[in-house]
Amino acid sequence: MSEKVLIRPHGGARWAIVAVVVAYVTVVIVVPLFALVATVAGDLRRVLEEILDPGALHALMLSAVVAVIALAVNGVAGVVGALVLVRQRFWGKRALDALIDMPLAVSPVMTGLAFLLLFGRGGWLRPVLDAAKLEVMFAFPGLVVATLFVTLPFTIREVALVLDEIGTSEEDAAATLGATSWQAFRLVTLPNIRHGLELGTTLTVARALGEFGAVLVIGGAISGKTQTATTFIHTAIDERRDATAYGIALILAAAAAALLVVLQRRPRKGT
Amino acid sequence: MTTRELQTSSWIPRAARPADTSTARARNRWTLLLRGGFAGYVTVLVALPLLALVVRGLSVGPRGLWEAITAPVAADALVLSLVTSLIAAVANGLMGLAIAWVLVRWDIPGRKLLSALVDLPFAIPTLVAGVLLVALYGPQTTAGSVLSTYGLQIAFAKGGVVLALLFVTLPFVVRAVEPVLRELDHAEEEAATTLGASTWTTFRRVLLPPLLPALAAGTVQVFARSLAEFGSLAAVSGNIPHRTLTAPVYVLGEVERGEPASAAAVSVVLLAVALALQLASRSLVALVDKRRV
Repeated sequence: MSEKVLIRPHGGARWAIVAVVVAYVTVVIVVPLFALVATVAGDLRRVLEEILDPGALHALMLSAVVAVIALAVNGVAGVVGALVLVRQRFWGKRALDALIDMPLAVSPVMTGLAFLLLFGRGGWLRPVLDAAKLEVMFAFPGLVVATLFVTLPFTIREVALVLDEIGTSEEDAAATLGATSWQAFRLVTLPNIRHGLELGTTLTVARALGEFGAVLVIGGAISGKTQTATTFIHTAIDERRDATAYGIALILAAAAAALLVVLQRRPRKGT
Repeated sequence: MTTRELQTSSWIPRAARPADTSTARARNRWTLLLRGGFAGYVTVLVALPLLALVVRGLSVGPRGLWEAITAPVAADALVLSLVTSLIAAVANGLMGLAIAWVLVRWDIPGRKLLSALVDLPFAIPTLVAGVLLVALYGPQTTAGSVLSTYGLQIAFAKGGVVLALLFVTLPFVVRAVEPVLRELDHAEEEAATTLGASTWTTFRRVLLPPLLPALAAGTVQVFARSLAEFGSLAAVSGNIPHRTLTAPVYVLGEVERGEPASAAAVSVVLLAVALALQLASRSLVALVDKRRV
């Protein structure tokens, strides 16, 4: 109907804009992606040999395990946090809200440094760790803590968006009909926030698998112990084992592509 | 009917009865438990480490802070980070607007693929983004050797830094502008066109103003994200002091050298810039929301 009167640059201008956009995305994203695939395909046998090395497999496993922990912990924390931030009013809420976005603003290296100052030699929490005989720096718990930090905002933000839109009327109805809080949550709230939760946890897994700076500083990339997929790539580049670096990078890129399929199902506002 | 009778009449649902306070009390307890648990989690996980970082960074005093950021390598790293982030913000600000426009307004073939490609940097590890660029422009590659015959170098040079930032920050402006553009009321635009305004005038006077807050918020995000970028640059920039070493990579170097004080000082400066930007971005987003209501 009104489409015809909307401004639409005619023929030439329109195609020029489309061409510029397509060329830009091609140069920035597609060509580099293709270069990696082509490089690996051209040297497939060697890449396969390299990535079947126990060190590489261990690194991939470790990344997967850390990502699953981040998914579980920050999935639950995300739902709780979104409920608290959207549904409750309390003193200090704005500060809490601002804190949640901090991991997005802080460079991963700085995250690593911050935890180093907390858990490292002379760190603030050192006495507590010593008493508990727990080692965080250059150990598995450090990788988990760093990953939890960087992935904290995703589930909270996505679930909060949905909670904000749906309001509380359905839950009020459930409560009026005699449902307990838990029943109302499980049968009404949870199904309603499903899409937000899916999207948030997908972003969490993507970020967890890809985290590099923070786990490098905290974990130290010790082979067979704290070396994750990304720090393995980094070490491989340093040691000029390019085939290995490209192989693992391609595996991570493939995982990203799979997660992207979930991201694309995101409902777009206003459609 | 007395209050007592009202309370006991059977047609009033159980939870609505004022006398039934045990459920209300239980709900209240849950409210406090969830709030306390969540606030505690965020405090320990986010506030405490950042506080440690800020305290350590400021412990050198204003003079020490100044010396830490004006040390030759540090100063060059900070300048490089700020300049390349600015380039990324301008380029992806403009291109983000154009991409959002194409995605929302024009039904071109392959639009879904274009949309997926725009989201790719959200999913792909940034280190891998850097590896992609090395695979394309590295010294042993075809593209790399062709370019070097023209005296151009991208991998392990400033061009690589900019390309990496463009890659990892591509989605921000697109995803900020897209929903606003989609919800835009068409009436004003039609009116302007019917009244004989040119395409360019309509775009500039009618369409751009409501998009500006979202565009600005997205651009600020690009800048902040570029300033913090580490993974892709660690792979593609070569980290050459005074030439391709950016601030976050400099921080890593200081940590590895066993100089947490100077690392923390530079971190505090970067953190202050990021915070100021985030504040600006938040108020812009609030402005967008207010306009959209």
